[in-house]
Amino acid sequence: MDYQLSIENVHLSFGGVQALNGVSTGVKKGEIFSIIGPNGAGKTCLLNCINRFYRPQSGSIKFEGHEITGLSPHKIPKLGVARTFQNVELFSHMTVLDNIKLGAHIHLKSGFFSGGIYFGRCRNEEMHLRKHIENDIIDLLEIEQIRKSVVYSLPYGLQKRVELARALAMKPSILLLDEPATGMNLEETEDIARFILDINDQWGVTIVLIEHDMGVVMDISDRVCVLDFGVKIAEGPPEEIRHNPMVIKAYLGEKDLTLSRLG
Amino acid sequence: MRCGDFKETYVRDEEIFQSLFVKFWLGVLAAFLLIFPFIANEYMLYIANMIGFAIIGAVGLNLLTGFTGQISLGHAAFIGVGAYTSAILVTRLGLSFWLSIPLAGLVAASAGMIIGIPSLRVKGLYLCIATLAAQFIFEFIFIHWESMTMGITGINVPPPSIGGFEFNTEKRFYWITLFFVVLGVIYAKNLVRSRMGRAFMAIRDRDLSAEIIGINIFRYKLSAFAISSFYAGVVGALWVFYLKVVTPDHFPLLLSVEYLAMIIVGGLGSILGAIFGGIFMTLVPEIINTLSAALKTIMPGNEAFFEPLKSVVFGMLIILFLIFEPRGLAEIWNRIKNFFRLWPFSY
Ligand SMILES: Nc1ncnc2c1ncn2[C@@H]1O[C@H](COP(=O)(O)OP(=O)(O)O)[C@@H](O)[C@H]1O
Ligand SMILES: [Mg+2]
Repeated sequence: MDYQLSIENVHLSFGGVQALNGVSTGVKKGEIFSIIGPNGAGKTCLLNCINRFYRPQSGSIKFEGHEITGLSPHKIPKLGVARTFQNVELFSHMTVLDNIKLGAHIHLKSGFFSGGIYFGRCRNEEMHLRKHIENDIIDLLEIEQIRKSVVYSLPYGLQKRVELARALAMKPSILLLDEPATGMNLEETEDIARFILDINDQWGVTIVLIEHDMGVVMDISDRVCVLDFGVKIAEGPPEEIRHNPMVIKAYLGEKDLTLSRLG
Repeated sequence: MRCGDFKETYVRDEEIFQSLFVKFWLGVLAAFLLIFPFIANEYMLYIANMIGFAIIGAVGLNLLTGFTGQISLGHAAFIGVGAYTSAILVTRLGLSFWLSIPLAGLVAASAGMIIGIPSLRVKGLYLCIATLAAQFIFEFIFIHWESMTMGITGINVPPPSIGGFEFNTEKRFYWITLFFVVLGVIYAKNLVRSRMGRAFMAIRDRDLSAEIIGINIFRYKLSAFAISSFYAGVVGALWVFYLKVVTPDHFPLLLSVEYLAMIIVGGLGSILGAIFGGIFMTLVPEIINTLSAALKTIMPGNEAFFEPLKSVVFGMLIILFLIFEPRGLAEIWNRIKNFFRLWPFSY
């Protein structure tokens, strides 16, 4: 298959709850792939399976041809998979800059010896990292003003942006975004959508996006996948999804909430 | 906000000591530390050596507990491991004191890594109990492995020397202590601003997020135990050769608690805090001693009251700082510094 990330027949249950019930799908390199569906549909669970926070009872997840369901979670980023969370998961007592630097952890080399000496290689490494962060990430995401702030002191919208910055510092080839625009006003949402497009366009990063804001989803996605009660009910380009009767039916219960901007 | 010397700005921004102000006072401090042994009396030098040992040990423990978030009640045990290792290496194998120091650190680091293994599964109070077990196991070994440790009789060691020059007075030993304090502080300061130190803090703050960015939590927790115990081992080795003897009763649980007190009072997760804590908690009992001695004529036999008072004061200080200044003396220092930086426009 020409999928960068392929998911085959994944089953995940918690006790009696079937969170994912035989989900199969695939993400192509370089595309923006959105996953939508009502609350509790299993979208976050799917990302958690990819990150290995959850282990599916059966099924296979392959990244660039390699089976990843058996790897430990900390091995996943090395493959080029970065992630942000529905509820921000930052290091809240550290500064924005340190959080972003931590994103680059897997690309740095210094250890207990060179790090403690902080001379030559380690020093160069730190200076390069800082330069890269300043020029490519802080600039792109427009967070110059807060680089020295401690994360917990920042408003939620900015924290989400910092989390995105940290994910970028991982230099991922695929970026999994779990509701990046939730809790944001219209302007902030538009900023986020623009950042996602920039990242996809300038960095060539594949995007997997979970988002409730249908305006954003329909605008920027190449393809959309719809989950409902742990089952994939539709997949295709935005226009097709917009008019799919199954999708409309799944959303019927919460029409006002999620389809308000479908128009 | 871009400007011409932007590169300069962030290179400077990454330096440890950024302002001229800080550099100046650091120079003053260095000069003082160099002149100190020539102006201080025997007693003051003794205190200085004690403070030095406390600082090295506290910096080590803070790397583990303050920076990585792994609480340990076994620090005294690792100091003991270092002390016995160097004493045995020097007296049995005829190794030089200087070589025995890093080796004592390494053996203590290995012990620390083994004791750190439960940290993969348990946190907080449970880890505390696991390290407490280590404390008792090692105390038991120090007493009962007589063929190695000579039991309660202990091991006598010769003073360190370089080419016939013996470090056998308070003043001479001061230079050894100072050297290791400076080395230990600089190492720690660098570590916490590079990759490994950031990984430690990430684990302390949120281990789930640490995994998502590719940090191998177990490996870094063990590294923190190893580095922290290495510091402890070095303190142990220095201490033996300072006292010229090692016995099991030098490493009681109370010593572990004292080190925890130092970093809590000084400031968890701050190298400067560990330094303040080391100084402060060494001075407190000395002040109580001095008081007790001063009151001897008025209150004969007051030691019976003042001796236990030391533990009470330690306990009180821990509690008071936890409640009123959880970020310790380092935070108070920051406030004072900021006050003077802005002075006279503080308000
Ligand atoms: N750790 C867990 N334990 C038990 N049930 C869970 C757990 N995580 C998710 N679930 C359940 O799985 C289902 C899907 O959740 P989730 O993937 O978070 O939905 P969403 O599509 O809103 O992101 C929900 O019914 C949720 O209650
Ligand atoms: Mg979710």
